[in-house]
Amino acid sequence: MNQPVTQTDIQKAILEQQSAENRKKLMVNGVLLLLLLAAPFAMYPVFLMKILCFALFAVAFNLLFGFTGLLSFGHAAFLASGGYTTGYLLTNYSGLTTEMGIIAGTAVATLLGLGFALLSIRRQGIYFAMVTLALSQLVFFFFVQSEFTGGEDGMHGIPRGELLGFINLDDNLNMYYFVLAVFIACYLLVQRIVNSPYGQVLKAIKQNEPRAVSLGYNVDRYKTLAFVISAALAGLAGSMKSVVFQLASLNDAHWHMSGEVILMTLVGGMGTLLGPVVGATFVVNVEYQLSQGPLRDWVDPILGGIFIITVLAFRSGIVGEIQKFMKKNLG
Amino acid sequence: MSMIFGVPFAVLSGQLLIGIINGAFYALLSLGLAVIFGLLKIINFAHGAMYMLGAMVTVIMFDALGVNYWVALFLAPLTVGVFGVLIEYFLLRRIAGQDHIYSLLLTFGVALLIQGVLTNIYGVSGLRYAMPDMFKGGMNLGFMFLPYYRAWVIVVALLVCFGTWFMIEKTKLGSYLRAGTEDSQLMQGFGINVPLLVSLTYGFGVMLAAFAGVLAAPIYSVTPVMGSNLLIVVFAVVVIGGMGSIGGAILTGIAMGVIEGLTKTYYPQAASAVIFLVMVVVLMFRPSGLFGKEA
Repeated sequence: MNQPVTQTDIQKAILEQQSAENRKKLMVNGVLLLLLLAAPFAMYPVFLMKILCFALFAVAFNLLFGFTGLLSFGHAAFLASGGYTTGYLLTNYSGLTTEMGIIAGTAVATLLGLGFALLSIRRQGIYFAMVTLALSQLVFFFFVQSEFTGGEDGMHGIPRGELLGFINLDDNLNMYYFVLAVFIACYLLVQRIVNSPYGQVLKAIKQNEPRAVSLGYNVDRYKTLAFVISAALAGLAGSMKSVVFQLASLNDAHWHMSGEVILMTLVGGMGTLLGPVVGATFVVNVEYQLSQGPLRDWVDPILGGIFIITVLAFRSGIVGEIQKFMKKNLG
Repeated sequence: MSMIFGVPFAVLSGQLLIGIINGAFYALLSLGLAVIFGLLKIINFAHGAMYMLGAMVTVIMFDALGVNYWVALFLAPLTVGVFGVLIEYFLLRRIAGQDHIYSLLLTFGVALLIQGVLTNIYGVSGLRYAMPDMFKGGMNLGFMFLPYYRAWVIVVALLVCFGTWFMIEKTKLGSYLRAGTEDSQLMQGFGINVPLLVSLTYGFGVMLAAFAGVLAAPIYSVTPVMGSNLLIVVFAVVVIGGMGSIGGAILTGIAMGVIEGLTKTYYPQAASAVIFLVMVVVLMFRPSGLFGKEA
């Protein structure tokens, strides 16, 4: 008996396959979450928080570079402005709860991001990269010369304070779960953005901007919004980083930091959701492990080598290459 | 003493001189960047490292072999140029045709690598390079004192800049170069070895940077990080001039040096930021730079 396959059968099959995939994804994510929750009992929480802060920074950068195709060479400005603002407020206004300080830092970075975007968004490709670089240099010089940043010495002894006024953040475990919660929230937000119709437009812009324009999308507005969200999340990462380490320094504002976040994203796999997280984990670990051993002084050249190898040999990054491998070998 | 806007004339002219000197360095460096970008579409983030290598090689050759300034003026750029050709051949060639961004990232990695290795060997405190004897002293122009070496730097830098411009824009070799990068297959068909031309062009651009490095060795402190921050300024210069515009790079380079010098006299706090400010303003009104062609 050869019964004709109906439309609904096909739909049903597709739906079943999708829900199976979703279940698999959910399981993987559940395991990851459990690992993250248990991690501070196996590893030093401050180190984990460092990874999370940089991972958030890289996720923010990747939203712009990986999904929209805009290479910003000035993201250090947002990391630093978030960090300095939060540090300054928490140090000087003892009545402020920590989350208020972090929100303020994020807000400043968001506004700065809007300013950057308005000045740079119409420029293409390398010009865009250079304008963002120039603007972030201006921010750098501002921070160098301002009194409140402590100049070359940076801002020390930022109090961690209390979350919501009653959770003591001096406790590393409390601090860790707070940072983790913020990180996961932001990660889910970016995931949501990327999979939304808005995210589809961003991808379309990345692939073929003139076509997106001809389809009637107001490309500049889409790009501006992406830039501002990215700046806000980068600022949030900086704000949290300054609370975690109780320190904000010029390092975060230097253009090398903008280069480092590019490296993290590229190594992990740009344009993938998990890539920047993996990349940040990788780079922070490499830096840490090297700084403990006899290769202490060779961190920079080794990072340079990683840059070269990544660009030459595996441009899709760790996650991208794994995805390619899975697609090829596992159907 | 006559004053100009509240600043003594001698101070102003002193700062202007420093500005022109810095401008000469900017011009040499941005010229190299413009050659490499304009002809090869490579964004050479290793340019600062090449400048530094030029200065370092000069000092090292002097310390180890007693090579004097005049020989170094040829030998150091040549060494660095050969090094550049190797980089083009072994690394950059592999990403030709990819997005320009990848050349930026690749050369950024190269710069980190070179700079890091030299930092480990020589430290960051800086090496000394003695001024050649014949350049000691200077002349009194009446309103200011002009050290001989600085005068020499300005003259030789301008000569090299003009020569390069002339070669690329006005000679047959230059037209081969421009054509070879415009339509490499056609030029291959005419029997021109385009890959070789590309390697040599990159080597030449890098040589210009190294040449600036040799000129810098007697007046600036020679350290492995000397190119790192300068690079960002020079990129701003190139963008202001219009990426790839040879003449634009030269003129903007000198102009930016002068603007920086003037800012230092009247509002020192902004001196290190002023070039970036100019860049932002210029790009708002002329998106492809002052001398760039509309993209």
